[in-house]
Amino acid sequence: MVPSYISRSVAGSYDNEAVAIFALIITFYLYIKTLNTGSLFYATLNAIAYFYMVCSWGGYTFIINLIPMHVLLCIVTGRYSSRLYIAYAPLVVLGTLLAALVPVVGFNAVMTSEHFASFLVFIILHVVALVYYIKGILSPKMFKVAVTLVVSVGLVVCCAVIAILVALVASSPTKGWSGRSLSLLDPTYASKYIPIIASVSEHQPPTWPSYFMDINVLAFLVPAGIIACFLPLSDASSFVVLYIVTSVYFSGVMVRLMLVFAPAACIMSGIALSQAFDVFTRSIKFQLLRILGFSEADAGDGSSANVVPENDAVKVDKSEETIKERPSRKNKKKEKEQMEKAQAEKTSAKSKTEKRLLVLPMELSVIGLLLLVFMGAFYVVHCVWAAAEAYSAPSIVLTSYTHEGLHVFDDFREAYAWLRHNTEVDDKVASWWDYGYQTTAMANRTVIVDNNTWNNTHIATVGTAMSSPEKAAWEIFNSLDVKYVLVVFGGLVGYPSDDINKFLWMVRIGGGVFPHIKEPDYLRDGQYRIDSQATPTMLNCLMYKLSYYRFVETDGKGFDRVRRTEIGKKYFKLTHFEEVFTTHHWMVRIYKLKPSKNRIRGKMKKSKSRTSTPSSKRSGSRKKNPWQ
Amino acid sequence: MGVRRKMALRFDLIIFTILLFASPVLSDLILSKVDRRIDLTSQIVRITSTLKVENEGSEPVSEVLLAFPDLQVKDLALLKASPHEGKGKVKSLSASLPVENVKPNGMPAALTFYAVKLPKALGKGDSYTFDVLAVFAHALRPFPEKITQADIQLVVFQESAFYLTPYVVKVQSLSVKLPESRIESYTKLENTKIHGSEIKYGPYENLPSFSYSPIVVHFESNQPFAVAQEVVREIEISHWGNVQVTEHYKLVHGGAQNKGEFSRLDYQARPTIRGASAFKYLIAKMPPRVHSVYYRDEIGNISTSNLWGDSKKTELLIEPRYPLFGGWRTAFTIGYGLPLKDFLFELEGNRFLNITFGSPMNELVIDNLIVKVVLPEGSGDISVSAPFPVNQWEETKLSHLDLTGRPVVVLQKTNVVPEHNQFFQVYYKFSKLSMLREPFMLIFGFFSLFVAGIVYMHVDMSISKSSAAYLARLQWDEVQAAIQQVENVINRCLTTHDKLEASLRDLSRTGDVQACKAARKAADGLLKELSKELKLVLSFLQSSSAASQILPKVEELVAKEKDLQEKVMAKHSTVVDCYEKKTGIRDSENRVAAQQQKITALRQEVENLLELIDEI
Repeated sequence: MVPSYISRSVAGSYDNEAVAIFALIITFYLYIKTLNTGSLFYATLNAIAYFYMVCSWGGYTFIINLIPMHVLLCIVTGRYSSRLYIAYAPLVVLGTLLAALVPVVGFNAVMTSEHFASFLVFIILHVVALVYYIKGILSPKMFKVAVTLVVSVGLVVCCAVIAILVALVASSPTKGWSGRSLSLLDPTYASKYIPIIASVSEHQPPTWPSYFMDINVLAFLVPAGIIACFLPLSDASSFVVLYIVTSVYFSGVMVRLMLVFAPAACIMSGIALSQAFDVFTRSIKFQLLRILGFSEADAGDGSSANVVPENDAVKVDKSEETIKERPSRKNKKKEKEQMEKAQAEKTSAKSKTEKRLLVLPMELSVIGLLLLVFMGAFYVVHCVWAAAEAYSAPSIVLTSYTHEGLHVFDDFREAYAWLRHNTEVDDKVASWWDYGYQTTAMANRTVIVDNNTWNNTHIATVGTAMSSPEKAAWEIFNSLDVKYVLVVFGGLVGYPSDDINKFLWMVRIGGGVFPHIKEPDYLRDGQYRIDSQATPTMLNCLMYKLSYYRFVETDGKGFDRVRRTEIGKKYFKLTHFEEVFTTHHWMVRIYKLKPSKNRIRGKMKKSKSRTSTPSSKRSGSRKKNPWQ
Repeated sequence: MGVRRKMALRFDLIIFTILLFASPVLSDLILSKVDRRIDLTSQIVRITSTLKVENEGSEPVSEVLLAFPDLQVKDLALLKASPHEGKGKVKSLSASLPVENVKPNGMPAALTFYAVKLPKALGKGDSYTFDVLAVFAHALRPFPEKITQADIQLVVFQESAFYLTPYVVKVQSLSVKLPESRIESYTKLENTKIHGSEIKYGPYENLPSFSYSPIVVHFESNQPFAVAQEVVREIEISHWGNVQVTEHYKLVHGGAQNKGEFSRLDYQARPTIRGASAFKYLIAKMPPRVHSVYYRDEIGNISTSNLWGDSKKTELLIEPRYPLFGGWRTAFTIGYGLPLKDFLFELEGNRFLNITFGSPMNELVIDNLIVKVVLPEGSGDISVSAPFPVNQWEETKLSHLDLTGRPVVVLQKTNVVPEHNQFFQVYYKFSKLSMLREPFMLIFGFFSLFVAGIVYMHVDMSISKSSAAYLARLQWDEVQAAIQQVENVINRCLTTHDKLEASLRDLSRTGDVQACKAARKAADGLLKELSKELKLVLSFLQSSSAASQILPKVEELVAKEKDLQEKVMAKHSTVVDCYEKKTGIRDSENRVAAQQQKITALRQEVENLLELIDEI
């Protein structure tokens, strides 16, 4: 139970990532299982689990890089074994074949650099396996000769292969890495080259509070778990350590990858907790034994019975035996009993062996135990709270508590329902891509761009339209056969994640593809402003106009509650769009493109009055009487 | 333009009237008094006519014909005749007179006739008074058809100032009740008076049959024009005590279409002026004791609803997600549960469901109403009795735990108005035993699942009893059991050692040498027995081939244990000796210390071995 995972698996936001994390963990589990058993059966299962992961999430590249890393680590630290080979080789061969079956991946499974590491390690593994094999059949002396021979030949071959590979990889512009993966390796990459990846809030680096929110006490248990993993460093525990280290790094780069980090943190803290409990209970048990041992005559069986039941069994036997010799038949019966109890005794015996290692004072260990239990309990409370407050609240229905009680903002669904019932079935709706999936699902209308952000150009087109003046935007939308434009506007009720706040990404993404959109045109002193200081480009762009159309009439000043300022241009008219629907709290505004007949008329009007002011300033100039 | 159209319409009607005058009169009846009241306060037009019939001919007449132009008939939702009981009296349903559609010979083709059967035939000179209620669903037409948000909604209503009838009418009057006093225009005839929101025509006297004088009233109506294009009502009966009703609505604002912009600003700032024709909410009147009411649509719960009620009724106020302007549509579902005993009764072995037909919504016109009554599985002999004609067919519905499907009675009716909200009955036969079928199915299913589990656990599923792998596994099981036994024995030896130690501690505390010796004796006996047991198991392990890899460890363990045993015994005897000889404690401690070290070392080894074997 970890809030970070809850965020992905609560009913409303059930996502493919929720499935993917299960697939990820089962892949890792099966990998370790194979590593421990050396069974080909588990290796096959592992490959199938990997296939499942590839099907469910693009994050499978994490697996295909992490496992080779671990294999490499094992080889370097001299932990090569046949089990390692069995764990890795089938995974690469079968896994890659299976992955290539997934349409999205296809030949990427062998072409892109993300998968390259796995093949390299695959080759290295084979070389190492060969070396071990030769070592096994040759005498040490012969072996040395063979090594020098092979190394000299092998180096030449390797150099040649590596040279070719480097040349191949270097020839492609992104060096074969997709943008998302590159932005993982180099956190500043995305903001430099691909604004669309950087624009997703999930792709921002997380803040410290979000770590605390998402993993809570686990953050403190993880280091302890890492230490516990190192105490006897086995293949499996080194893998876990590697997993947590890489996932901590990735989660530091992207908020979304907290999700990968969460199970690692869970495993680690599980290890830490189990170790801690082990130490505490063992020392308690030992102390109790000692107390009981010294005062065996008067120590009541009752007191020991409820603390360490296995002790009880021992004593009962003994007391019976010491009183008198039992007939052998009865003894045998008792032996059967003892057989059952043997298991319990064994554990006590085991604990006794270790008790010399770590014995804490009784009081300390009891307090420690209690504290651990409390910590766990509070963690549960936190998780429930996080699930209820932070993650269960559907982002589509907003609530606020006022002095009158709960107030519900159901504007999104209001707008989607309106679109669903009051527009034609084949009408297309343009909005920023964040609302794409929602519009598709709830309004049942075709959208231009949606949350599947793979088509950068398309998103850039919509971004350009939103940041263009009305007429240019109309032309862009019309060429896309768009009938309705949907904007989200939080200025009336103070809903901060509205389109004006996302506007910088529209400009950046749009400008990334269409160079005539220049970000500095929208900036005043390096900031996006919509107040009186805003640039004319900003005040004339479609997004501004659609958001603030007739907004000033609500309170007479046009005070935007999100930006906490009065808007720059208050009175203006729309020439190419008409308002068709605005929700109760103005959070969603839907505009319809005026038919082109109007446009022609507008053009004619404009051509007549071309010498006069442009349309946007007309409202200002109208006040003057030309005959005065 | 509007005026021209109206004129054209009137002209049509006049021609129509002329045609009518040409038709013959084929009855001896006369209407001595006709009093009509037209209620236009809502979107549903209700015309109540009080007719007094007199027979002037010699033959007794038992039928009175009512005539409606075909144009009106297509909107006619309900036609009901009932004996006139004076004002203020509640008309009982049972007293209604049968009405049926007839096609008398020689009548004009553009008219549809209905015949009202009188309770008894009228002899010469007899008279009878009865009421006719005609309800029209779409008789009000918005005019203009498209308005902006700021405009008020104007509607047109057409009727004849004279009562259209195949009989001669002696005295008649007409009053038209409008929702508001604002009237755009109305046809002025002689004897037309206007009182606030009421227009009165007449009285007119001695008019021939088929007199027709069209009137048009053009007035403001901001009543909600809530029209459900389709309503599917599903009534599901569960004999466990619930009647679940689910109603799917496809709603449209049937008034003047909204054109141009919709400005939320205008609507919020001046809702009564800008958006007067829009409606925000609907009220449903539900039966009392209704429970688990929900109101949702395809994308989830709609939070704007309100439910209140008392012992007589329950009222549900629902607001669609957005205010409905002219031409806007929405769709939603409401559902509620009703207690079974209020609606299901038993009659001579038959059961019957007695529930209302229409939708519980106020003033809602339903173009197409489909009522589905889902009866429990296994019911038969289904028959329906409805108070008005409906289309009827049967379906089956498969639900949870159904084998053959539940019989569904489907009733379909077009043009449904609130007056159709009458009780109808579905009779069927159902035995109580089939109610228990589903629980039994569940019980049996789980039972067989568990039985299968038990069987699986207890049956040896291996195919070949002689295969090498199978035998090896069996052997391995045996070896494991043997090793388990060895471990047990060793553990018990260890506990015996512990006991000896404990007895030594006792000795040091109490100085009771005898007790200590007794303990020693007991331990000796026990250990001997244990070693015998151990030998048995060991010999088995040595003989078994499968145990070959583990055997050395086990043997080592046994040897170590024996060693330990000897050491413990030695220590014990030294200590006891010391006590018996009363040598100095320090001296004895010195002697014991060396032994103690060995013992602990050995013990450690034994325990390590135990763990090792355990892991294997």
